[in-house]
Amino acid sequence: MTVSTAFDKARADQRAALVGYLPAGFPTVDGGIEAMRVLVDAGCDVIEVGLPYSDPVMDGPTIQAAAQRALEGGVRTRDVLRTVEAVAATGTPTVVMTYWNPVGRYGVERFAADLASAGGSGLITPDLTPDSGAEWIAAADARDLDKVFLVAPSSTDERIAMTAAACRGFVYATAVMGVTGARATTSDLAGPLVARTQAVTATPVAVGVGVSTGGQAAEVAAYADGVIVGSALVRCLLDHDDPAQGRAALARLTDDLARGVRRA
Amino acid sequence: MSTRDRGVDEVGRHGDWDADSRGWFGGEAEGWGGRFMPEALVRALDELTDAWHEAMADPAFTEEFATICREYAGLPSALYEATRLSELVGTRILLKREDLNHTGAHKIRNVLGQALLTRRMGKTRVIAETGAGQHGVASATAAAYFGLDCTVYMGSVDVRRQALNVARMQLLGTTVVPVDSGSATLKDAINEALRDWVASVDHTAYLFGTAAGPHPFPSMVRDFTRGIGDEARAQCLERYGVLPRGVAACVGGGSNAIGLFTAFLDDDVEIYGFEAGGDGFETGRHAATIKAGDRGVLHGARTYVLQDEDGQTIESHSISAGLDYPGVGPQHAHLAATGRATYTPVTDAEAMEALALLSRTEGIIPAVESAHAVAGALRVARGYGPDDLMLINLSGRGDKDMGTAIEWFGLGKGSDDAEPQEPVG
Repeated sequence: MTVSTAFDKARADQRAALVGYLPAGFPTVDGGIEAMRVLVDAGCDVIEVGLPYSDPVMDGPTIQAAAQRALEGGVRTRDVLRTVEAVAATGTPTVVMTYWNPVGRYGVERFAADLASAGGSGLITPDLTPDSGAEWIAAADARDLDKVFLVAPSSTDERIAMTAAACRGFVYATAVMGVTGARATTSDLAGPLVARTQAVTATPVAVGVGVSTGGQAAEVAAYADGVIVGSALVRCLLDHDDPAQGRAALARLTDDLARGVRRA
Repeated sequence: MSTRDRGVDEVGRHGDWDADSRGWFGGEAEGWGGRFMPEALVRALDELTDAWHEAMADPAFTEEFATICREYAGLPSALYEATRLSELVGTRILLKREDLNHTGAHKIRNVLGQALLTRRMGKTRVIAETGAGQHGVASATAAAYFGLDCTVYMGSVDVRRQALNVARMQLLGTTVVPVDSGSATLKDAINEALRDWVASVDHTAYLFGTAAGPHPFPSMVRDFTRGIGDEARAQCLERYGVLPRGVAACVGGGSNAIGLFTAFLDDDVEIYGFEAGGDGFETGRHAATIKAGDRGVLHGARTYVLQDEDGQTIESHSISAGLDYPGVGPQHAHLAATGRATYTPVTDAEAMEALALLSRTEGIIPAVESAHAVAGALRVARGYGPDDLMLINLSGRGDKDMGTAIEWFGLGKGSDDAEPQEPVG
């Protein structure tokens, strides 16, 4: 199944899609794969595999901590691709979320080729905008990969149109002006941003940054095509030293979120 | 082949040293710089770019900047012929005395320029990153001067090591935030400042500390620091009637170096940048980014980066906190790749030897950063004739480095064993 099929299916069910993020290699490569399978089983429609990076400027403390532990554990880019392969094998569309330098270092063409052969659907690029992304866009198009770029509340209408036109799969709308992390209340900036984006594209628009509960997921699902959850899922694993307990917490939260996107 | 051996025409082929309108030095395909940043910051960077272009074209702005530099910061800085040092080396050594500027380094130029621009843009708060605290102190100073709120991010390790500079910033009314993430060093302080900026961009300006980062910072910081070279070039012509044969500066991120080099890019003048060689290039413990780094993206610019096989940033090492950065400004990458400037490492030991030498021969204690430039320039100048001029940017003073000097030379004991370990001068 592709990312757009997953969004189409959710839309046919008259609900938003649930996109779950976890970094590869946390707590270990195999532990990360197991955790992502929990997300699949508990109702995520799309899985985002984070590629841990030494200088993650868009990430808050929770994802930073997990990524740092993954790097200290020695996770490599090839482990990220192995993770993608294992998760994509479940049949749930799997995308990689990565800062740009590790892709450039791996080789843009080579990364696109290896991602495609691992069964990955595409890339989310938080620090690469389409106007700086010609090389990636060409490589992704050649391999039939999804390109997910971000729009923000600060984006001008021109930039939203430019970005949405370059996206395939979905458009990632950052709900707040700030880094990743759970927040007590949902952002009042997200709704207008989604509306501005939907006005210029037929591509699904998913909202990320700050969603951590089923209730918040339901609020966002009322206006967005997808709900992206990251830090709250990572928190489940960080808060439990016993991986089995962490996965149990992950399953409970994912179930809550999956119910949330269905009751909007 | 040195630039001196090349015909003007050949140099002229690379004559367009400046970035294009999107911040690319040498073009997007093969060049350096650009803007690899979250979309959330693009609008702010675009607005900053526009405001900077408009300000630089507005005589009211440039005149106010010049006035503040003159009356508040003590500029233009002196050009001093170091006669005893010259005798020792056998060529004429000129020092651009940025160490005499207010707050003790070239950095005051950059922060006054950016803070003046902040006020012009109607923003009320500034943030900055700092390593050893020099840019932090300069930013705190400019914030106090303009009445802006100021928050400085500083690696928690550096906060402990540089208590004096933390106190200076606090006295100037600035909030210092220790950063524990990553390696808790300068690069992580930049990450944290960027995270702040994503959330505060509507009322906050980021006073970036060096000529690196996303467009427009490399070009804008250069514009605010290029007075170093513009002044030195005019001072040199006025006093000697000729240009120097070579100019030299230390390079971390590269703001003092690009500030010096810019005036000489189209001249038949040799240009040297000296990176921090740390324990020695071969040990792997260094900050010689141009020499040892590979093309990559760090903090929003494509440049040389110290990185591992997977593109993870490698921690740099230097006795000098100001040069201890695993990236470098993209215009330096361009000047290195085209051969217009030559970049070589200088080890901790060479820099400390030069620090002691300049102290004893000239009565000038340089910053350990600037001592890298002195050491490297003297190496080159030994091949110069007696009438040649070597111009060194003395980018900062050494007061802040007394702890390092005490440890390195075993000073401060007030007895016979307080002699430097190295025979110098």
